[in-house]
Amino acid sequence: MSEKRTFKNLDLEFRLFKERMFVAFAIVIVLIFVLISRMVYLQVYQHDIYTTKSDKNRMHVRAIPPTRGLILDRKGRMLAENLPSYNLMFVREQAKDIQGVLDVLAEILELDKKQKTDMAEQAYSQRRPFHSALLLSQLNEKQIAKISVNRYRLSGVEIEAQLIRHYPYGPMTAHVLGYVSRISEKDLTNVDRSQYAGTYYIGKSGIERQYEETLHGRVGVQTVETNARGRILSVLDETLPQPGESLTLHLDADLQYAAIRALSGFRGAIVAIEPSTGGILAMVSTPSFDPNLFVSGIDSKTYRQLITSRDLPMFNRSIRGNYPPASTIKAFMALAGLEAGVINRNTSIEDPGWFQLPNDKRFYRNWKRGGHGTVNLNRAIVVSNDTYFYHLAFNLGIDRIHPFMERFGFGVNTSLDLPQASAGLMPSREWKKGARKSPWFPGETLSVGIGQGYWQATPLQIATSMALLANRGKWVQPRIVKQVGDEDIPLKQDGTPDDIVLSDPTHWDQVIQAMVDVVHSRHGTARKMSRGVDYIIAGKTGTAQVKSIKQGEVYDENKIAERYRDHALFAGFAPRDNPKIALAVVVENSGGGSSTAAPIARMVFDAYLKKTDEKSSSEKAVKGSQ
Amino acid sequence: MNTNDFLHRLPGATHAFQRPVGWFERVYLDFWMLMILFIIMGSGLFVLYSAAGESLQDVQRQGMRFLFALAVMFGIAQVEPRNLRRWSPLFYIGGTILLLCVLLFGVGAKGAQRWIQIPVVGVRFQPSEIMKLAMPMMVAWFLSSQTLPPKWKHLFVSAVIITVPVLLIARQPDLGTSLLVAAAAIFVVLLAGLSWKLIGSFIALGIAALPALWYVMHDYQRQRVLTFLNPESDPLGSGWNIIQSKTAIGSGGIYGKGWLEGTQSQLEFLPERHTDFIIAVLAEEFGFVGVCVVLTLYMAVIGRGLFIALNAQDTYGRLVAGSITLTFFVYVFVNIGMVSGLLPVVGVPLPLVSFGGTSSVTLLAGFGILMSIHTHRSLVRN
Repeated sequence: MSEKRTFKNLDLEFRLFKERMFVAFAIVIVLIFVLISRMVYLQVYQHDIYTTKSDKNRMHVRAIPPTRGLILDRKGRMLAENLPSYNLMFVREQAKDIQGVLDVLAEILELDKKQKTDMAEQAYSQRRPFHSALLLSQLNEKQIAKISVNRYRLSGVEIEAQLIRHYPYGPMTAHVLGYVSRISEKDLTNVDRSQYAGTYYIGKSGIERQYEETLHGRVGVQTVETNARGRILSVLDETLPQPGESLTLHLDADLQYAAIRALSGFRGAIVAIEPSTGGILAMVSTPSFDPNLFVSGIDSKTYRQLITSRDLPMFNRSIRGNYPPASTIKAFMALAGLEAGVINRNTSIEDPGWFQLPNDKRFYRNWKRGGHGTVNLNRAIVVSNDTYFYHLAFNLGIDRIHPFMERFGFGVNTSLDLPQASAGLMPSREWKKGARKSPWFPGETLSVGIGQGYWQATPLQIATSMALLANRGKWVQPRIVKQVGDEDIPLKQDGTPDDIVLSDPTHWDQVIQAMVDVVHSRHGTARKMSRGVDYIIAGKTGTAQVKSIKQGEVYDENKIAERYRDHALFAGFAPRDNPKIALAVVVENSGGGSSTAAPIARMVFDAYLKKTDEKSSSEKAVKGSQ
Repeated sequence: MNTNDFLHRLPGATHAFQRPVGWFERVYLDFWMLMILFIIMGSGLFVLYSAAGESLQDVQRQGMRFLFALAVMFGIAQVEPRNLRRWSPLFYIGGTILLLCVLLFGVGAKGAQRWIQIPVVGVRFQPSEIMKLAMPMMVAWFLSSQTLPPKWKHLFVSAVIITVPVLLIARQPDLGTSLLVAAAAIFVVLLAGLSWKLIGSFIALGIAALPALWYVMHDYQRQRVLTFLNPESDPLGSGWNIIQSKTAIGSGGIYGKGWLEGTQSQLEFLPERHTDFIIAVLAEEFGFVGVCVVLTLYMAVIGRGLFIALNAQDTYGRLVAGSITLTFFVYVFVNIGMVSGLLPVVGVPLPLVSFGGTSSVTLLAGFGILMSIHTHRSLVRN
């Protein structure tokens, strides 16, 4: 080919062009073949895979959450209900100007800076196209109205209704019912995950947690056809959810209210039990907290205050608080002595005001300096003489005390549906060897004899022991729940402890009479509470030492820091014949049982036994709080 | 004075010196090409009705655009090829100036400036569309005036002609269009007879330069490449389109789900379903069979185009016709390749089927050039 050529060689050009055309056409054919192969691969070879994918796209299995069961008190009053709540949802694909919509929302709802940034974060979060984001929860009526009025400026914004838990009695029932709160990933590991597909809340404590499965119900399933925006076009298949069953409690809201009021201003607990059923009529722990805060999502500052407060408002004292039962167990010590034959009803001692172990210089003192003189069994209980019980404990020995007290539920959690209740501590020789790695000393038996030392019991245990006394040994486990749906929970269960059968049933009468005298006789430690009473109470006061007093030191309330003051206790039941209520009152750091605990107990007894015709007090309380 | 001019001036002599012509050729239209285009546009409207959610309004709008585009095609077909050739540099320079205007006072959306607003009339258009035709015309004008195969200095001049507008378009940024414009011009150079040795070394050079391309790309372009390589990495974001389109195509199977029955498109899972991704709607509703029919129609257009190119009477006509036809094929291949997941997502519509006015006008204008070249042939070769 000559470089110098100046004329165009048209034939050569055309030949060249034809050659190039041919190559180009060949390449076109090859590429078309590539496209066809690709289509064969997708449409024939992988057809099944993509058919599944396409069906998955349009068909959605939607969980329909069941409605949570209600919780009612024994008279059918609502303790936990479900109220509609309104959430602000946002589909950003439907908004032309996302920031504009957020600005309008911030303006009309008067949001602060933090709420604004939270909302923006939600609105821009990574999501499947056309799936809504939750911007704000629990809108109030004013907010809903404002959003509705400004709807034309808020494309993509929707208000969604949802049922959420509400506790009308608030703090009053917080420790009994517990509360529900947002499900965490950890919660889901303990339950059947599929059942919670559409549920946002789960029981976190109390009855709500204990009966979670019953209250929750069973999830429903709906197969729906949706478009890409998630709008449901048709329902293809549906299984309705099975709502959670309602619970009826033994609790009496009126009594609960009275008990809370009686205990107001104190730290402490009250447990009241119906002896014939074991049903817990009232269970109070003060101070308390508002469980509704946990449902809506508690802010961290309030939460920190709750968990760091020295008064422990989150702590359920009634079933988890361990206190020395003190003199409230003297009736059972007396029964133990009578049963073992260590004493009889006439055994008496001379009380100089103290007791000494053989070969030990240490004085074990009666609460009353100078002693009570000649003391027989009845008097020992009525005046709560300590020296008598030192003698008795010394003669019985810990090896006989421990098993006897265990039969009354001390050192064990005998409750039917309160697994979180503490077992307390009923000390024994074996326990001490194991837990404290040291032998049992005889002096420790003496402390146990007056309900002190290592002995620890919860208010629930003390109330249970009283119910047992009222039943004369017939065991019914304490329980909160009376009915699940329409089913009554049977009184006796497999795990119910054996009834206590005494060799001489008159021993029951003996100690019960002594406890009646505690309240109704001239010398009884709780005589003041019997003023004006028209039924007969059997009871026992107790004063539990928080800080041990050194030998030779005198307890002086005024000198001791508030937190080290004695706990005041009262345990008892009423009426004596055909008992309807057994209870335990523990008031922390408030001094003597007779001065503080007994009057509180009287208020509770009155509230339950004196039927007033006026409209129930608790309902007024609820109305007042709303 | 040109031979044809001379012949035309002979009274009554025109027919005697020209080939016998049919009714269509008398108005400078190519019958076969026109028929195939009609079939494609007709089936396109049919699919569009389904893809646009049974919207007659969109179909009407598209039909009006087709009518306008056909009018443009008819007008261009009337122009004699030698005039087209003569005006090529004018188009090219005018187009380049408009591209400069786009960079200076263009309007656009999503961070790209692609449009020019004509102040008085209120019409917006993309100057880069003009370039799709002006570019191959210009390169063909230049090369056809030189001896072929092209020499080094001619290649260099061609490179300059190509580079300036391509860079201007890439700056908008509109990488897809700039590559298509460049491709149209390169087809001219290839058809002009660039030696195989040089073709081979350019390809090798291109492959070597690929990594460098990565650094000049915008973030969204890189994202597209990454998504192409692994759509599942971001199934809800950038991978969504391609996953949904593959699902639509694959679930169509051999015979498809039926017209208006495609769940992917009717339930709006498929994005851009009436524009760039319309082939997925067709594949879902008419299956593999439907895809084959459409591909056959496109092949018919390309076959006819290449036939016209081979029968063109001068080098300029051959080069322009060949380039326009091959560029048309590139549209088809890139669009279907991208929707079926063979290529990264670039905004290339499916010719004459996707909803949209600009591309239809450009395409039919190109076919107008083809028809002009084919129907103005005379018995006398110049």
